[in-house]
Amino acid sequence: MSWTTVATTRRETLTLAGIAGLAALLAPRMSFADEATVAAEIKKLYGDKKFDSGKVKLDVPEIAENGLVVPVNVEVESPMTETDYVKAVHVFADGNPLPGIVSYKFTPACGKAAASTRMRLAQTQNIICIAEMSNGSLYMTKSNVKVTIGGCGG
Amino acid sequence: MATAPTPRVRVPAQAKPGELIEIKTLISHEMESGQRKDAAGKIVPRKIINTFVAEFNGKMVFEAEWNPAISANPYQSFFYKAAETGEFTFTWKDDDGSNYTAKNKLTVA
Repeated sequence: MSWTTVATTRRETLTLAGIAGLAALLAPRMSFADEATVAAEIKKLYGDKKFDSGKVKLDVPEIAENGLVVPVNVEVESPMTETDYVKAVHVFADGNPLPGIVSYKFTPACGKAAASTRMRLAQTQNIICIAEMSNGSLYMTKSNVKVTIGGCGG
Repeated sequence: MATAPTPRVRVPAQAKPGELIEIKTLISHEMESGQRKDAAGKIVPRKIINTFVAEFNGKMVFEAEWNPAISANPYQSFFYKAAETGEFTFTWKDDDGSNYTAKNKLTVA
């Protein structure tokens, strides 16, 4: 590799960084949810209850090229019997105009607490997933998704 | 939207008792988020399908509450543990009050 190619790449990199910076400056025109909004949403649902980690498997891509269609797959470990099952699952995003994405209600008839859908993401952000068990215990998991093109219709 | 939302559901026709089956659903709907602006700078009003419910023989099996963050032409998959022969009823509830339904039979043997 010669010096010239390195220089070009570096310049390109800097230009890209400049564009990204400009985009970041322009972005705040729209109001977005943040960690606090998501925390408030969760508090509305479950108050100050404690969350355990584990049991919830949130399957989202690490990098989403198109923020308009991002697959999201949730699976919660549970025997799904009449006495021990997953009651509800909530998925939130902390960088979208609205924090909520989807809320699922499961029943023992499901046999397996898993569901997938597709979501819109406006920018790179964290996806937060909460599972509520039939005995009232709560589990939480978090995952970051890098979004190349935002899905905000803009 | 120009065309009426058309639901498409994939359910296996037959299952063994106790078998775990995956149900995949798709419905054509633009899921207008209420965040977009039109050419005149006016906000396009929100119009999404806010709830999807799956029932088997009239009993609720699975429900999903969708927010505007769900993509256009929403896809939803979930599981069902086959127990008896019967019929699934899938209902999609639109913001404008209309309901779209699909029915699928399942034979358990």
